[in-house]
Amino acid sequence: MDRTQSQGRPPARRRTTPWADTLFSVLAHAAAWLTLALLAGIIVSLIIGATPAIKQYGLGFLWSSDWDPVQNKYGGLVMIYGTLMTSLIALVIAVPVSFGIALFLTELSPAWLKRPLGTAIELLAAIPSIVYGMWGLLVFSPLLSEYVQQPLQSLFRGVPYVGALFTGPPVGIGLLSAGIILAIMIIPFIASVMRDVFDVTPALLKESAYGLGSTTWEVMFKVVLPYTKTGVVGGVMLGLGRALGETMAVTFVIGNQNQLNSASLFEAANSITSALANEFAEASEGLHQASLIYLGLVLFFITFVVLACSKLLLAQLKKGEGARA
Amino acid sequence: MKRSLIRSAALVAVFGAATSTAFAQDVTGAGASFPAPVYAKWADAYNKATGARINYQSVGSGAGIKQITAKTVDFGASDAPLKDEELAKDGLIQFPMVIGGVVPVVNIKGIAPGQLKLTGQVLGDIYLGKLTKWNDPAITALNPGVALPDAAIAPVRRADGSGTSFNFTNYLSKVNPEWKAKVGEGTAVNWPTGAGGKGNEGVSAFVQRLPNSIGYVEYAYAKQNKMAYTLLKNEAGNFVAPEDDSFKAAAANADWNKSFYQVLTGQPGKDSWPITAATFILMHKVQDKPVNAGNALKFFDWAYASGDKMAMELDYVPMPDSVKVLVHKLWADHVKDVSGKTVSLK
Repeated sequence: MDRTQSQGRPPARRRTTPWADTLFSVLAHAAAWLTLALLAGIIVSLIIGATPAIKQYGLGFLWSSDWDPVQNKYGGLVMIYGTLMTSLIALVIAVPVSFGIALFLTELSPAWLKRPLGTAIELLAAIPSIVYGMWGLLVFSPLLSEYVQQPLQSLFRGVPYVGALFTGPPVGIGLLSAGIILAIMIIPFIASVMRDVFDVTPALLKESAYGLGSTTWEVMFKVVLPYTKTGVVGGVMLGLGRALGETMAVTFVIGNQNQLNSASLFEAANSITSALANEFAEASEGLHQASLIYLGLVLFFITFVVLACSKLLLAQLKKGEGARA
Repeated sequence: MKRSLIRSAALVAVFGAATSTAFAQDVTGAGASFPAPVYAKWADAYNKATGARINYQSVGSGAGIKQITAKTVDFGASDAPLKDEELAKDGLIQFPMVIGGVVPVVNIKGIAPGQLKLTGQVLGDIYLGKLTKWNDPAITALNPGVALPDAAIAPVRRADGSGTSFNFTNYLSKVNPEWKAKVGEGTAVNWPTGAGGKGNEGVSAFVQRLPNSIGYVEYAYAKQNKMAYTLLKNEAGNFVAPEDDSFKAAAANADWNKSFYQVLTGQPGKDSWPITAATFILMHKVQDKPVNAGNALKFFDWAYASGDKMAMELDYVPMPDSVKVLVHKLWADHVKDVSGKTVSLK
């Protein structure tokens, strides 16, 4: 660079100006700080909005299941339970399926199928959530009721503990259907992240393992997964984040019932986001509104804990690696 | 640099002035979703007739009350009337615009619209979770000769806070003492049982989908979706069908002279539909923007005078003429600008 400049003619026009560099740096800094400022602003306004409810109930809000706008008594247990349970169901279904999709796409699929299949899965992520909700309510839940819930119910009738999971009205609306719809919604996210990270595993590593006589299964579990675990955990967390925050689709199929009558997965329930969507517009000033904002704060906190746990998990995995080496 | 700053400031000033004159004609309102279709139709016709624009946001009654209290809109709309003392506290007036009804609908195989008869007591017991089978003696006794199945009742109700729920629970509180003690009335209550649908369309979708279900929706939804509505026993002991005449009868029996705080559920009269509801407009008594207030009142005046037919086409019931006269008197007596001058309708 120096040589060409000292030897050749100087450029006719300076391509950058010093103030442009400064401006760019200021803009980049501002963008970064804006994110932090927004985050802080949201937390502060949530806390301010929730103050009446925090003062009234304290942490007891988290394990009280009363939600009675007429008596002006509020507790968030039903919604918190609904949010966590539906997200758990979604993960239990979505993680293995996404793993299968990613494995198929990277290792087993014939070359001509890879691209259309990959695109199709990414397209699933672009469908608006309200469409999933309406499809879930009008198409999926009748099928779920007839072909899954009713057989399960008759199969497990009278079986202790497990049977309790399948009591209640088998109408296709409730925790289970919300969880399944969420699973369908987060599969594209988890699957495409998994596929991308599986793809970056160096061919050298995989082929060495194959050369030593490993099966596809062994290569996947002993080479690819350990190599990509950071990315895989990241993909799962991305899906979990979406499941925790999903609103419209859940509202349609969860049944919006603020009662915690049984452990059944068929029972209509409620989630934090769905309660917010349904009640915020008509909530009266005061404790009702404050309690809804408190719920929002709790959801914020849950997401934060999930994120922190995933970071911890990753750090733990890294440490384990160091010990082995 | 300095000159360009001045120039852009001038531009902003010019555009600002231009937009504010453009908005001077615009009246904004926000609130209840139940009357939104008729307000939109009126606003459209009014715009064609006069060129003035009315902008109505269907955000829900609670949000409408919040916005008018905060003065972000020229008028608010609510399905549940405010009590007189609440109005006085915020310096508001309210007046009814149209009437509608809340209608129980069922999805039972072989039951046609208007075939099933229910009472408020039975309806309350179903939503309390006390009556769980359609062939319960309490229901069959009301319906001799109707074949009711030995199936579990699946109650459906609104999940979102709504004026429809307010009128429904208000009625149940009037006719079912246990409901009043355990649940009470409100735009959102602690429902003892049932699946919650979002909006009238959510409840009607649930009812149409779930066999042996019962729900409650606005009359227009029941009619347009051809749902199996039920008859209800009114105060006078007659079983009546939900229709324009029974809503009108209920509205006519209310004592509008005393106050516009009239919840039209459980009204006396032999033809009255027991869950009739009026929907209300809220405005400030003292107007710091008298031009906008005048434009809003002109719109409502026009709607009272020439909007009845449009309302009926959309299955709402217009206000009786006697009530319209009272509303005009309310405007003349109470809507003033800051100096205390009556806001002109001209």
